[in-house]
Formats: sequence, C-alpha cells, structure tokens
Amino acid sequence: MSIHIDPRSLRKRKNREAQFKALSYMAISVAGIFLVIFFADIVRQGYTAFQQTEIAVEVTYTQEIYDNPRSAIDEKIAPLVSRGVTRILPMHLRENPQLMGKTEKLWVLANAEVDQHVKGKANRLKPREVTLVDEMRAAGEIRKAFNTGFFTNGDSKLPEMAGILSAAVGTLYLLAITFAFSFPAGVMAAIYLEEFAPDNRLMHIVEVNINNLAAIPSILFGLLGLAIFINFMGFPRSSALVGGLTLALMTLPVIIIATRAAIRAIPDSIREAALALGATHWQVVWDHVLPLSLPGILTGTIIGLARAIGETAPLLIIGMVAYIQDMPRGVTSAATVLPAQIYVWSSESLRAFTERTSAGIIVLLVVLLSMNAVAILLRNKYERKW
Amino acid sequence: MTTTYLAQYLFAGFLPLALFGYLAGRRKIRVQQDPNARYKASENLFGWYAVTRMLLPAVIVSAGATVLDLFDLMEVPWPMVAATALLLGAGAMWIGLKAINPGLRVRTALEKTIVRVLLLASLISILTTIGIVLSIVFEAVHFFRIVDFWDFLTGTTWNPDAATIGEDGSAQHLFGSVPLFAGTFMITAIAMCVAIPVGLFSAICMSEYASLRVRRVAKPALEILAGIPTVVYGFFAAITVSPFIVRLAESVGLQADFTNALSPGLVMGIMIIPLVSSLSDDVISSVPQSLREGSLALGAYPSETIKRVVLPAALPGIVSACLLAISRAVGETMIVVMAAGLQPNLTWNPLEGMTTVNVRIVDALTGDQAFDSPETLAAFGLGLVLLVLTLCLNIVSLTVIRKFRQKYE
Repeated sequence: MSIHIDPRSLRKRKNREAQFKALSYMAISVAGIFLVIFFADIVRQGYTAFQQTEIAVEVTYTQEIYDNPRSAIDEKIAPLVSRGVTRILPMHLRENPQLMGKTEKLWVLANAEVDQHVKGKANRLKPREVTLVDEMRAAGEIRKAFNTGFFTNGDSKLPEMAGILSAAVGTLYLLAITFAFSFPAGVMAAIYLEEFAPDNRLMHIVEVNINNLAAIPSILFGLLGLAIFINFMGFPRSSALVGGLTLALMTLPVIIIATRAAIRAIPDSIREAALALGATHWQVVWDHVLPLSLPGILTGTIIGLARAIGETAPLLIIGMVAYIQDMPRGVTSAATVLPAQIYVWSSESLRAFTERTSAGIIVLLVVLLSMNAVAILLRNKYERKW
Repeated sequence: MTTTYLAQYLFAGFLPLALFGYLAGRRKIRVQQDPNARYKASENLFGWYAVTRMLLPAVIVSAGATVLDLFDLMEVPWPMVAATALLLGAGAMWIGLKAINPGLRVRTALEKTIVRVLLLASLISILTTIGIVLSIVFEAVHFFRIVDFWDFLTGTTWNPDAATIGEDGSAQHLFGSVPLFAGTFMITAIAMCVAIPVGLFSAICMSEYASLRVRRVAKPALEILAGIPTVVYGFFAAITVSPFIVRLAESVGLQADFTNALSPGLVMGIMIIPLVSSLSDDVISSVPQSLREGSLALGAYPSETIKRVVLPAALPGIVSACLLAISRAVGETMIVVMAAGLQPNLTWNPLEGMTTVNVRIVDALTGDQAFDSPETLAAFGLGLVLLVLTLCLNIVSLTVIRKFRQKYE
C-alpha cells in the first residue's frame, strides 16, 4: 500500500501555514505600530510646552501702577504680555519700594496667543500684533526659554501660567495614602490566604471575591467612595484622604494577587527546613517566606500603585477634578492629581491648553513608565528560579 | 476636626500606653529570669504580649463608638470614648502584665493574635464588595421609588433635564436607559472587534511562533500598552483619532460626528489587547506539550496544530478571557467620557455620536444638581445595572477559567 499525496493540496497547506504565521506576526506589529504612532503624536503635540515665550519689556514703576498695572509697560507691547505678569507688578512694587520711579528691563511671560504664534501654531493675534511680534523676534526681544513655570506653578485659567505642581503634590499625597492603607492590608491578607487559611467555605468566598474585585470597573469604586466615605462617614469632598482610601480599596486586590503569587513561588522545602529546626509557623513566614518573596511583592505593589495613580474615573466621581490653584495643605484639603489635571485641561476650550495637556501626559507617562521599569528591573534582578 | 482628634488620641494616648506596656512587659520578665541561664525567654515577646492584651478592648470600644456615631444611633462624646478605650486597655494590659512569668507561653498567644489580625485583613475585600453593593443598591432604591424599574430598562428616551408633561398632567423626567446601553454595547462591540483578534493572534504568536528575541521586545511593548492611563487614551481618541476618522469619512463621502462611537471603540480595543493577549497566552501555554507533539508527529503544520488541537483545548480559557475583556470594556470610563458624545442616540451607525452608561454616570455626579435629585440618583440606577452586568461576566469567566485549570493541572 502506498500513500498518495496530492502536491497541490500540500502546497495549499504550506501557503495557509505561511499566511497564519504572517497574521500572528501582524497582530503583534499592530500593538507596536500603535505605540510608535501614539508616542510620536503625544510628543509632537506636547514637547513645545516645555518652552515658553518670554518678552523683553521696560517696566516703569510709578504711583499709577496701583490703579492700572498695565500702565507700567509700553502700551504697544502691553497687550502681548501675560495678564498674570501685570497682575503681580503692584505686589512687586509694594515689596520693593526702592523701585519707585525707576525703570527696569525685564524678561516676562508673553501671553498664550503670542506663545502659540511663536511656536507656529494657530492663534488669535490681530495682524498688527503679528507684525509687531515678528519684528520683536527679529530684534531679539522675544525669546523662547525653558518653561520652569510649568513645574513650579499650580493650575491657572491663563494657559501660559498653568503648571502641574499642585497636581503633582496631590498625586504624592494620594500615592502615600494609597500605599499606607493597601500595602499592609494586602500583604497581610495574602499571607493569611496562602499560609494560614483553612480550606473552608468562607475562604473560598474570599478568594472568588478578590478575583472578582480586581475586575470590577473603577468607576464603581468611585460610587463607593462617594456613598460611603463622603456621604456616610462625612469625610471632606475632593480631599486626598477620600481619593487615597478609594484607590487603596481598588489597589488592594492587585496587591493581594501579586503577593499570593510571590508567596506561592517559594518552594515548600524552605518551609519544611525551617519547621524541622523547630520554628513556629509564624517564624517560618516572618523569617523565611516573607524576605524571600519580598521582591515579587514589591514588584506587584509598584505596578498596582502605578495603575492607581494613573486612575481618573473614581476621582471624577468623588470630586477631585475641581479647579485647584494651590498646593493641598493636608490630606483633608481639596486636592487634584495629575490625571485629573490632564482631564481638566483637555476639556478647556483655549487651544493653548492642548499643548499643556500633552506635556502633562508626557510627565505622567514618564513617571508611570519609570515606576514600571523599576518594577521590572527589581523582578529581573532578584527573581529566583527555585 | 475629627482627624486632629484621632491624631491626638493615637499619639497622645494610644501609642504612649503601648510603649509603656512593651517596656513594662520586658522589665517584668527580665527581673524574673536568671540572667545566667543558658536558655532564656525572649524579652521582646513579653513586651509585645503586653501590648496585644491592651489592643482588644481599646479597639472594640473605639470601633463600637464609631459605628454608633456613624449610624446616628447615639451621640457619643469623643473624649469619653477615648478615655474609656484607654482605661479598659490599660486595665487589660495590667492583667496581662500580672500574668507574666517565665513559664507563660507567650509565643503561642502572640501567634494566635497575629493570625486573627491577618484574618481580619483578608476580610477587608469582602467588606469592600459589600460596601460597593450596599452603597449602590441603597441609592438605587431611592431612584427606583421615583422612576419605574421597567420604564428605566425598556424606555427609549433618556432626557432627565427637560421635563415633559405626562398623561396625568404632571411633569415627568424621562429615564429610558436603552439608548445608553445601545451606546455602551456599540462601543464595546467595536472594541472587541479590535481586541479579540489582535490579542488572540498576539498570544498565538508569542507562545507558538515568536523567537526569544521577538518575545523580549514584544512582551514589554504589550506591558507598556497596559500601563498607559485611560485618561491618556481618552485624550488620544478625542484629539487625534476622532478628527482622523472624520477626515477619512469625508474622503469617502460619509458624514461623521467628532464624537463618533468608532474612535473610542477603536482606542478602547487597543487598550484591551494586552488583557486578552496575556490571559490567552497563559491558557495557551498551559495546554500540555504532548498534545502539540502528537499532532506535529502526525505531520500537521504548526498552524494546523494550533487551529485543530491547541485552540480547541484552550477554548474555555479563551472564552473567559474574552468575557473579562468585555467586562473591562463595559466598565471603561475615561475614554468614553472624553471621546464619546453626551447626547443619547439610538442608532446603528458608528459614525454618529452616541453616549454610554458611564458617560451619564460621570455627567450626573459632576453636575451641580442636588444629591437627592432624580438626575443624580439616576447615576446609581445606572451603576446598579453596570455592577450586575460586570459581576455576572466576571463570575462566569472566573468559573470557566478555574474549571479549565483543574482539567490540565
């Protein structure tokens, strides 16, 4: 008996194999191509915000400044200067009375329209102002400088003055509270479930429940925060405390799941060796299992926290998107966070805010990606194969 | 005010007492032990023992008072609570300290306490679930007292702001949620059309075809995709993808809104790729190697092996991955808030603006209506449906995947 193979069918099968393989590689490239386009687009829109246009003006300090701050500046140039600058001139004079009657040459912030024009973006400058700006630029009286204000200012209604400092501080508060509540509770719960839990119905429910919590939409945690922490317990709305507690509950299952995986990876031989030397169950856990699984626990925690501080939806619900100019003074005062700041800026109608939004996104992504990178490095450095 | 009070209670009352107990416990055992004995009890353990004795009454009193206060059962003056808690704690500690002698089995007692604390920590997750369910159900009940549940589920007009005149002549708000769910399902469907094929094929590539070098690049790339915050995806969908789709539609002669359902759907699909691919990767790699080798030995190509052997074996796991992906898409908020419309619209055309359940929840709760207005309560009604929906998807998916794991492990 001989086997007869039709060469055409063989070729067809071979082609199908090639197609299938190509398709699977294409799927991976889709993710890669999206990442490239995405980062290129965000950087293209945002990198200009790290420079800000400044304008050289002669400021003449007179008594009139108290009534009309703009009178200090040449009236031709005054409309180009940011209102945030003219607003602080009287204060500046009050603090330095010796300046009265003198004239000072200063580099000050130009307003957002001038800034957008200098950066070659759409703006609402009048034709007369456009020629003036171009002339001044040619004469070197308008320059682009590194935008330190973006990192040292809070939010502002003037795009050229808006910065991320208050949001960054709010994010730090939130991170601290989230960590303080979710890390100990998560690790303790995971230790109990892996090392001490009896195999009974309650523990089965707890396990299903943790996996389920990890997949519940974050917005529902926001509803929990609103109903329980704000309405029921009476914590102050928009505060970092409420936001941190809400995010802690959201991060808890992530930390529990990661810690359990790390604990489970420790081979039983370690436990048995310690028990054989007379250690108690808790001594085994505290002196051997926990130190050995710590890298895994920290990796999971960092990834969980990175996810938490990138989260916006629950914070929207508990009112952390308010317009907040100053740094929060404590965990109970109104605060905002980076993602919420990005959301607020993205819904502003002024075009100049788009650039700020992208710059905020760049900062947020740098923070989150470096947290993830630290987690991955930690994992690669300390992960042991038993 | 309560916070400063709590801080005072902790730092001025609780911690000094605990520290005192710790030192007293250590001292008590030190004087009782022979300093030259070869085996001695650990002094620190006795210190901790004294501290744990004090914890129970103090915590019970504080927790009890908090509960009474929160439920408005009784007006408790806080100084009295603090004093009672500290006094009872000190009393219990004193009894504990009296009992200390070198023969006392403190380690056993301590470990029992530790395990109890661990048990409490593991119950927090249950409390969280109960909290979510209660907080949503409680407010949703208020809502369904105003709006008929059936009308809510089957009505096709969502118009909470403008009151229309009902049959009996009274003003009625219209809370028909069908257009909202239509929007949610439209966007979810678009997202799944992207995420499931791409995610599944990525998983196949990673586990069956890719060399180590490709994996080393592709895996972090997918992890980065998973690490991008949703508000960033939302911004990208609204600022870059939507205008692109509008221009694309114009070039082929179609009319598209800037708030079209397609762009949040596509971007959400990209966002969910890593979820689908990592879950499918897990299940595909847990299909036993012997099945593959058997098929390859019969002369099948790898693609034939995957299609006829690996995928059917991994099917339950893949289905559960897809269910989790759907649950994720239904619950995703920021992308739709930023890129989808606000106007409820019952349509099959993905190029038109549509709104979704989550958009209306956010809109209702960030608006300036009073908290007990039907507009605000509607958010909890919608939240309830969202909760039930995702809960069902999650539980089915988790059950399927556990059955699958048991089969091969």
